[in-house]
Amino acid sequence: MATVINVSHLTQGYGKTIVLHDISLQVAPGQILALIGPSGAGKTTLVSAIMGMLRPKSGTVEVLDTPMPDRALLAKIGYMAQTDALYDELTGRENLAFFGTMQGVLKIELKQRIPRAAAVVDLQGDLDKPLKDYSGGMRRRLSLAIALLADPPLLILDEPTVGIDPELRQQIWAELHRMAKRGITILLTTHVMEDAEEADQVMMIRQGAAIAQGTPAALTAQYHVDSIEQVFLQAGRDQDAR
Amino acid sequence: MRVKGMIHRIFTEMLRDKRTLALMFLGPLLILTLVYFLFQGNGTQTATLLVKNVDQSLITALKNDHLEIKATRASSTAKTQIRRRDAAGMLVQNGDKLTLTLANSDQSQSTIIKQSLQQAQVKLKMQTAAATIKTQAAALKQLQIALAKATGQAGIKGASQPATTEKAVTIKTHYLYGGADATYFETLLPILLGFIVFFFVFLISGIALLRERTTGTLYRLLATPVRRGEIIAGYLAGYGLFAVVQTLLIVLYTIGVFKVQIIGSLWLVLLINLLMAAVALTMGLFISTFADSEFQMIQFIPIVALPQIFFSGIIPVATMPGWLQVVAHIFPLYYGAQSMTAVIEKGATLTTVGPSLLILFGFALVFLVLNGQTMKRYRQV
Repeated sequence: MATVINVSHLTQGYGKTIVLHDISLQVAPGQILALIGPSGAGKTTLVSAIMGMLRPKSGTVEVLDTPMPDRALLAKIGYMAQTDALYDELTGRENLAFFGTMQGVLKIELKQRIPRAAAVVDLQGDLDKPLKDYSGGMRRRLSLAIALLADPPLLILDEPTVGIDPELRQQIWAELHRMAKRGITILLTTHVMEDAEEADQVMMIRQGAAIAQGTPAALTAQYHVDSIEQVFLQAGRDQDAR
Repeated sequence: MRVKGMIHRIFTEMLRDKRTLALMFLGPLLILTLVYFLFQGNGTQTATLLVKNVDQSLITALKNDHLEIKATRASSTAKTQIRRRDAAGMLVQNGDKLTLTLANSDQSQSTIIKQSLQQAQVKLKMQTAAATIKTQAAALKQLQIALAKATGQAGIKGASQPATTEKAVTIKTHYLYGGADATYFETLLPILLGFIVFFFVFLISGIALLRERTTGTLYRLLATPVRRGEIIAGYLAGYGLFAVVQTLLIVLYTIGVFKVQIIGSLWLVLLINLLMAAVALTMGLFISTFADSEFQMIQFIPIVALPQIFFSGIIPVATMPGWLQVVAHIFPLYYGAQSMTAVIEKGATLTTVGPSLLILFGFALVFLVLNGQTMKRYRQV
């Protein structure tokens, strides 16, 4: 299996408006790809297309050698949504169990996996609290734990580090790197440049088009700057000049 | 397994939401109790009738529990006297002529007076027949004819009957359904039973799905390999069970506390309400896609829920103009209330109410398909 995600010449939009123009990207097993760009650039739309929530207007999307959209394949994708989609009446544990069941995790496995996923995001002590008592950061971490729960070969995380303090952010990144080493592929969106620097590959999206793509080191070298942030600004200026 | 997970979640959420639970289970009992007392005393209504110069024999004949007769001598017109004394009508005798004036602000009171006059007419007729003194009979007869004229003016048709001698008749009433003490409450109960389940399931499930859409959990749910049908099935089973519990509670309460008789099978009552719940649920889920907030969902109640009451049998559908009878057939509650009335009051069996239940099932099916389609907005497979 050469690629986990293979997007080729994807154009995507809602109704008549086009949100993404001619996007192509490949992600190899065990790689971490960061999609960066300002809000409204089309990151979430690209994520939706990769997950098969949207049918491509033109171009193709393949995930784990399966053409998307494909409902059954969603079992192999751990997804963390941009907004914390959680049930306030339930406890953290109940939320994990519910989404785990929906993802197709067996009941016996859930017993072991819930504490393991909670440990990654440091929520073991709060699992039996109702969600009403969770802070914003705790909700974000629970969302991430839900994505990790089924131990899927592909993780798609939409803005995973928003509202998470720096210490926990480092902890999460360490875990993501550990998982990547085990061969798990990770695609995440962010507008935090520090996140982009942690990734193996970066794709910059602006106004629905990919403006730069490559490893963080190659990109800084290519644009003769010393940070990803400056790459992004420079690439943006280039796009406007075109 | 996923459907089970959905049901489990809906149950946990509902059981934690004490206010909704109370509303769903205690609310209907409160409403029913209120309705019970409101429609229980249908024999206690009285009307006040003012009489002026009316023959004593007629006044005696008029006397009954529902009529309060007050004599007056004042010379002012009937209109002013009725207004001043807050009466329902006034009867004035002038020689052989009787004039009845009705306030008519409350039709049921007018009806009481008209009925009393008719009864008095019959009584007098019998007295005429029984009378031994001919002169008295003649006087009574005259009175009776005058009375017929007066009631005729008050809008009663067919009051003039040949004044031939008749034997005193005793009437014995037999009831096909219910008993002599049956009240309007018993007519209302089956309709209310269907409506309450419809209303609560419609509202609660509709708002629950709406909340799932606005908080993003529906989208998150569809990012798992769950089938759209499994989500709807989970909702159907989860809220359907609550509807069954609600029905059981209401039925047991009415049987135990109000001593209402359910002639048909209790299972059939449950089945009808389960179908009503299914229609309400699928309709609620569908309607909720047109609402962006809970507030907007509430706005659908006057449009979706209220018109159904009109066609549920509270106003007899058979007395409606032809085109309205056709309109009645597009409302699910019409079929639900009709079958419920048939089962509870007439002991109808599954074969009798079967066609109506099939139509209810059809309603649920149509909305089910529509729901599947609207969910495609979030995930296209």
